[in-house]
Amino acid sequence: MTLLELRDLAVTYRSAAGDVPAVRGVSLGLEAGEALGVAGESGSGKSTLAMSLLRLLPRGASVSGEILLDGEDVLTMSWGRLRAVRWASASLVFQGAQHALNPVRRIGDQIAEPLRVHGMATGAEARRRVAELLEQVGLPAWRARGYPHELSGGQRQRVMIAMALACSPRLIVADEPTTALDVMIQAQVLSLIRSLIAEHGIGLVMISHDLSVLASTCDRLAVMYAGRVVESGPSREVFAGGRHPYSRALAEAFPTVGDPASRIAPRGLGGDPPDPAHLPAGCSFHPRCPVSLVSCASEPVELRAVGDGTGAPHTAACVHVSEESR
Amino acid sequence: MAGTRRRAALTRFRRRYARQRAGLYGAAILLVVVLAALLTPLLTDPSGMDVTKATGARMAPPSMDFPLGTDESGRSVLLMLLWGARVSLLIGFMSALLSMVIGTVFGIAAGHFRGWVAAVLMRVTDWFLVLPALVLAMVLAAILGGGPSTIIVAIGVTSWASTARLIRAQTLAVEARPYIERSRALGAGHWHVMTRHVLPNVAPLVLANTTLMVASAIVTESTLAFLGAGSGQVSWGTMLRGSYDWGAATSGAWWYVLPPGLCIIAVVLAFTLCGRALETVLNPRLGGAS
Amino acid sequence: MLTSPQQVRDDTEEGGARRAMARYALVKLGGTLLSIGLVIVATFFLFRLIPGDPTIAYTRDVPVTPEQLALLRRQMGLDRPLGAQFLDFVVRTLRLDLGTSYEYRRPVAELIGERVGPTLLLVGTGLAVAVGLGMWQGTRAAWHHGGRFDRLSTGTALTLWSVPTFWLGLLLLMVLAAGVGPIPGLFPTRGMEDVDAPGGPLYLLHVAHHLVLPCLTLVAVVYAQYLLVMRSSLLEEIGQDYVTTARAKGLRDDDVRRRHAVPNALLPTVTLVFMQIGFVVGGAVSVEFVYSWPGLGLLFVEAIRGPDYAVMQGTFMLVCVAVIVMNTLADVVYHVLDPRVRSA
Repeated sequence: MTLLELRDLAVTYRSAAGDVPAVRGVSLGLEAGEALGVAGESGSGKSTLAMSLLRLLPRGASVSGEILLDGEDVLTMSWGRLRAVRWASASLVFQGAQHALNPVRRIGDQIAEPLRVHGMATGAEARRRVAELLEQVGLPAWRARGYPHELSGGQRQRVMIAMALACSPRLIVADEPTTALDVMIQAQVLSLIRSLIAEHGIGLVMISHDLSVLASTCDRLAVMYAGRVVESGPSREVFAGGRHPYSRALAEAFPTVGDPASRIAPRGLGGDPPDPAHLPAGCSFHPRCPVSLVSCASEPVELRAVGDGTGAPHTAACVHVSEESR
Repeated sequence: MAGTRRRAALTRFRRRYARQRAGLYGAAILLVVVLAALLTPLLTDPSGMDVTKATGARMAPPSMDFPLGTDESGRSVLLMLLWGARVSLLIGFMSALLSMVIGTVFGIAAGHFRGWVAAVLMRVTDWFLVLPALVLAMVLAAILGGGPSTIIVAIGVTSWASTARLIRAQTLAVEARPYIERSRALGAGHWHVMTRHVLPNVAPLVLANTTLMVASAIVTESTLAFLGAGSGQVSWGTMLRGSYDWGAATSGAWWYVLPPGLCIIAVVLAFTLCGRALETVLNPRLGGAS
Repeated sequence: MLTSPQQVRDDTEEGGARRAMARYALVKLGGTLLSIGLVIVATFFLFRLIPGDPTIAYTRDVPVTPEQLALLRRQMGLDRPLGAQFLDFVVRTLRLDLGTSYEYRRPVAELIGERVGPTLLLVGTGLAVAVGLGMWQGTRAAWHHGGRFDRLSTGTALTLWSVPTFWLGLLLLMVLAAGVGPIPGLFPTRGMEDVDAPGGPLYLLHVAHHLVLPCLTLVAVVYAQYLLVMRSSLLEEIGQDYVTTARAKGLRDDDVRRRHAVPNALLPTVTLVFMQIGFVVGGAVSVEFVYSWPGLGLLFVEAIRGPDYAVMQGTFMLVCVAVIVMNTLADVVYHVLDPRVRSA
């Protein structure tokens, strides 16, 4: 059975100024042990997507669709069942662990907390597990007695990862886990994540605006724009040969180390992401699209299969795709 | 050119203020009170406040002749209320002004200068912030003698510290902006930066803060008057002291106890609502946090 | 047993932390003593500004000869140069000799000693109730932000903030002590005890009965600021990521609030409680006067009427010093509670 399956997930924020659709019908699937990357600019709805998986959105958000975790719909779970599922079945790693850790409580206490809450371990047993987790992420066990402000950014992120592994979840959702770190530390943390999920067979949903980071860590990639998935497929294919103009632009926007061409003339994408409250008609990308047609301004495009159907499924929501595969 | 811009900004301000309902109520109350206070000399005869000329019965409940009853000497409570309003409002306003001036000077200076000057200024500000303002004001009032001007000084000198802190924080924020650095690089002196750059930027905050200060100054004035450190003239605080000395509360003379207090509350609330509305309008960042 | 490198590291860390604490304590103590010194100096010069001759005030009701006045002047040290008077003042103050009251003809220190107890009782009880009430309401208001409880409690607090303390006291006296119309008063109208107070354990109840109205008045005006501060601190904490992490871990709503949000929000609130003591003192003065509660506040107000400068001077200095000490305690408490500040 698929570990995680999203069926037509939609999230709308209700505000005094009107309804803002942040996620507009996303369907994704993830198997156990698989790593899925979700890419997009700010405002694309990817963080909203991450928060919705465990129903962590603020009160003014209305969610529709289905989120099936091991076959159970998270959105219709009872409150008690949801609390049991949180962290024990699926856990989170935040961006900027600066503020994601409680500044006045010891690190060991914070890592041990989900163990206590889910009745898995207390006292000496919990301390042992905490030491084990810290060692797994490459931190010395005595760090458990310290406070978050005593650690560097990279070390705090490791603590977040250790905390996420505490209850041996089946799924980890990492929202921009390396964005605030410098490149060397970023590489270390990414390789740590890769080895841990491989070792424990955990499913990973990683969210980032950096397509190259996702391509190197994840098996599959989904690119989001204006609340929708515009391309989805094996990460190498999407990264190196994206079929949606936005995916291509994202891939080219980050200069590749070692490639002199990208250093001299980095490609970018003009314009800004659309305001979710006032989305353009038709394909929401058409105002910024270098290859848009007249029809793109009036007819929205659904995800279409790319290629000949062999190999892993690859879809893209561009009007040009169906023409090529024909 | 600047004139039209200023007029446009004023209309914008008026429109945004009008959207703050609480602020409108406050402004309405203030209008009524201020009008009443201003028109009092034209509409009433102050001789009624002279104890020797009082005509009413002592501590009499409201009647046709005396709509709010009489005090212990037979004077009309309503008359004293109206004349007391002038004193309370005047002292409240002037002391808030004094407090604002001291606070703004200290605040801008503490935010602008560096090193030991700023440290000393902050120390003094903190010292005044911590000390019990009412006790200090009472001592000052007793030492300087009674009279409206000494009360104004007493209140003004003891309430500037919180304003100073606020202005200092704002000054630091303003001076962190790049155009200030450029101005300094071009040779702008301390005085120039403080008056031409910082002051106009902190002015809206000062305005909102002063309005709130008037509210607390009126409470302080009435408290001082009640406790015996008054200005010597009839004010709402002295009326209440009179009611206390003559046992109005325990003998049920509610017309002597309620009206002055309710007036104080109404005016203070009005200034507070206006002040908060001004804060919201002039500093949109604070808008959502209330 | 051999000390491991880990233990050595711990020991030096601990030692360093202890040294830092000691240094911090010394700096704080120095600052406090400086402030207290400033109070003493300021008091001296403030009270020297008084126009008129203190000896005249002292002998107001008593017929005296010029020689007796001159003797009094010498006794009070008024014929010496200002510098000598100042030193004399400082020395006597440090020895807790605060002069003699004009009105009572007794040492000021003695009068203060008698009145401190009732004031501490009133202020202590009032603070405890106000802080508890304010913090509880502030927590609930912030947690259910925008709801009816939030709007109601914030509105009530703001309104009560606008009410002058003394007037509220008068109102409560009128309604609850004297009674309205046919309804009789439930509480005594003045003082801490009646002449016919019972002895033994019943005495405590008797005093408590007298304490209700003054305490209620003090609380009503003061609790608003604790409510507002707790509410805004908690609102800020709720928006932080670590609260979302706590929820994501599967904690119940109550636990998220109690174990994560509130402890963080308490830090600025606790500091504020100590720092706002000056305001509470002001309120206590009004309350003591209205209810004739035999404390320092009443003593102070009575001294204004005299004017009894010796008493005014003594109580003023005491109150200022107390407030300064409280402020230092605020810093220390914050230092102890917040681990981020501790290791800095």
